[in-house]
Amino acid sequence: MSTIQPNIEQPVSEEMQLVRRAKRGDDQAFEELVRRYDRNVFRIAQHITQNREDAEDVVQEAFLKAYGNLAKFQEQSKFYTWLVRIAVNEALMKLRRRKPERTVSLDEDVKTEDDSLPREVADWSPNPEQMYNQAELRDILTRTIQGLPAGFRTVFVLRDVEGLSTEETADALELSIPAVKSRLLRARLQLRERLNRFFQKKASGDGDQ
Amino acid sequence: MKCSEFLNELTNYLDGVLDARTKSELDNHLAWCHNCYVVCDTTRKTIEIYRDSELYELPDDLRTRLRSAIMSKCSEHKKSNPPTT
Repeated sequence: MSTIQPNIEQPVSEEMQLVRRAKRGDDQAFEELVRRYDRNVFRIAQHITQNREDAEDVVQEAFLKAYGNLAKFQEQSKFYTWLVRIAVNEALMKLRRRKPERTVSLDEDVKTEDDSLPREVADWSPNPEQMYNQAELRDILTRTIQGLPAGFRTVFVLRDVEGLSTEETADALELSIPAVKSRLLRARLQLRERLNRFFQKKASGDGDQ
Repeated sequence: MKCSEFLNELTNYLDGVLDARTKSELDNHLAWCHNCYVVCDTTRKTIEIYRDSELYELPDDLRTRLRSAIMSKCSEHKKSNPPTT
């Protein structure tokens, strides 16, 4: 069975040149960094906050914070990983403000029981994404991922959607590597389980949902 | 190998980061355990579908607006915090 490979490869040296120029006050270089990563930051922010306006704010605040703190960026990680860390923190703050009744943190879900263990093992149609039109599919995927706890959702988005490595994800979220791996496994299995009812082969009766 | 052991390694298996020996143990398990095969296959599809889904794409007009807002805030920031060197 084929393996999954991250889909982003950044030429680190070129990125670092832009960062150094930006550090010296070259705003065009900084704008180029914005151009390079604004889509990613927006996607991550919207996945975490689940709110379009909040995501727009997060994009602006994250880049502004990066700009103001560029001198403190040590260049020990990729600029992108550092930026993601800032954006995730901004997004979590928004989420906390919106859901003050619960403290939202990346650690909150650790105690979750093994609800991600497969309960229902039903094979899917050969091309499940073709069972729905684009708008329907988008709706299914959005609602499904929104049902995951923030801690799982964030790890899944960084690792599997944005293509960060396990190490980069751990770095961006200030989590240990085993913590990232365990959340990623839970997130993947929970999403799979939740998508079952939409994608399984048509035949027998309803599943358990 | 038990199914639970297989599941514990599923993420490493899908990410292709296992040593050859562990990988072949998992391959052997998959060869006879249909349930694990299905879980593995549908989990891989889950990841691929999300990766290809283009959820939350930033529309061009919003993108331009955000970028110009960012750059103008940056230049305000620069004016009020002139470089100290």
